[in-house]
Amino acid sequence: MARMKFLCDAERCIECNACVTACKNEHEVPWGVNRRRVVTINDGKPGERSLSVACMHCSDAPCMAVCPVDCFFYTEQGVVLHNKDLCIGCGYCFYACPFGAPQYPQVGNFGSRGKMDKCTFCAGGAADAGSDEEFKKYGRNRLAEGKLPLCAEMCSTKALLAGDGDQVSNIYRERVVARGFGSGAWGWSKAYPGGGS
Amino acid sequence: MTRQTPIKWMGGICLLVVLLVIGSASVQTTAYAQNSPEVLGTDAQTEFWRAIRQGEQGTVSIPDKNAAQLIQSEGDNWRALRNGPLSVYGAQALIGMVLVLAIFFLFRGRIRIDHGWSGWTVQRFNEVERFGHWLLAGSFIILGLTGLNMLYGRYFLKTLIGDSAFATITAWGKIAHNYLAFAFMIALVLVFIMWVRHNFPSRTDINWLIKGGGIIGPSHPPAKKFNLGQKIIFWLVLLCGISISLTGIALLFPFQTTMFADTFALLNVFGFNLPTAVTPIQEMQYAQLWHSIVSVALIVVVIAHIYIGSIGMEGAFAAMGSGRVDLNWAKEHHSLWVEELDAAGTLNAERDSVDRLSKEEAVKDEAVKGEPAE
Repeated sequence: MARMKFLCDAERCIECNACVTACKNEHEVPWGVNRRRVVTINDGKPGERSLSVACMHCSDAPCMAVCPVDCFFYTEQGVVLHNKDLCIGCGYCFYACPFGAPQYPQVGNFGSRGKMDKCTFCAGGAADAGSDEEFKKYGRNRLAEGKLPLCAEMCSTKALLAGDGDQVSNIYRERVVARGFGSGAWGWSKAYPGGGS
Repeated sequence: MTRQTPIKWMGGICLLVVLLVIGSASVQTTAYAQNSPEVLGTDAQTEFWRAIRQGEQGTVSIPDKNAAQLIQSEGDNWRALRNGPLSVYGAQALIGMVLVLAIFFLFRGRIRIDHGWSGWTVQRFNEVERFGHWLLAGSFIILGLTGLNMLYGRYFLKTLIGDSAFATITAWGKIAHNYLAFAFMIALVLVFIMWVRHNFPSRTDINWLIKGGGIIGPSHPPAKKFNLGQKIIFWLVLLCGISISLTGIALLFPFQTTMFADTFALLNVFGFNLPTAVTPIQEMQYAQLWHSIVSVALIVVVIAHIYIGSIGMEGAFAAMGSGRVDLNWAKEHHSLWVEELDAAGTLNAERDSVDRLSKEEAVKDEAVKGEPAE
């Protein structure tokens, strides 16, 4: 069985935020919840790079490890999902997550965050695949329909890749070879800045 | 005439803008050529990725500007400490204290009133004092149980009652925890006001400490209203309680406090080298850790307090139960306090409402008790 993974190619992402919009539209997530976001480093400066980030569906997921009610689970494809019927909205998964993936529908004083919401890799959640209940709680289950996550599917520059981890890394490896990564060797960026011209 | 003037004027501005744009564009082009290779991705950019891995902030177009951090690794530390030492040592301390008390009970047994029940009682704690104590105790027990459930419930209770029931209980437990916290804080203030004057260190404490509180030897060292052991638990409950309350408030109002940054800055004055640039999420991680560490420590201490105030010592529970303790108990454990009351004429001993003794014994023991005030 495939192990699903995300990869964002920083050399291709143009910060169009279409992945963010597509995600919001596909899953009809509430205001203030961002299952996916685009972060720009060195915005407006030379060497600017953008990266689209959401739940990375970690192996040994920190959210799963710290959840007091143990509401997280892995699918057979390595996707990290959670059960909103069990979630108590304590916020621990957000404290643990390296990528800031868990989101809450409310502001959150007195622990009133509401049930956590996060990227599902378009794989639904703890409800029957394709049911209304699943859509309302977790969004569309595209994987059950044989489709991949919409954010990556409609990425115009194909910066964002989603799918079987082996295939994703093969595509990325081809790109790196085509770009000519020779100058990526140790010390080159320091010794020959700007491509060594 | 009136029309031509603004057109000329606008034309001049347009020219100026065009010149500025060309100027700035040429500057940017030069900078780009100097710093970036023409083909993207041919450079290892180790510094760039290292900075991201170490938590560099970028920019985001969404309102939540905290989302501009791509990777926060501190969460891994928090997880490792919470699921590691905190959980492991916490469980060992809790189980260890229960075992120690069980062993103590097996060998020492219940600490009896040496002279037996006198049949006469004196007022030890009035209604307000008992209200303050039980508000503190009641809220603490619920807060403690719901808090321990957050830390250990998934390994223990969940396996017994199943996912759904456990999640429901934990959700209600969280609500109880959030709101009973205020009862705890109010009780903490009450207890402080009521008892602080009895809890300052005094010379009798040294003797009490040397004699080990009388727990080991046969004699009872003299003590006033509170002995050293009670003074220690008073100050532990107060200091730990304040610390737990403050971190609890930080957890109730997430991402809005800078408590740890401020505390670290203060500690750094005394030679520590703690980080003062604490992000909002790190504030939460520190708050959760400290809240749990201090709480577990206090629970361990309070288990011992509950033991000695209930099954551990004959006659002790009445102090917080009816508020009236047996005179012999009071003389043995708080001799100086009884003397104080006697000297002030406020001993006011009354017959015990519980008929623990036969009439003859009660009469005989009046000699032991001495002259009752009434």
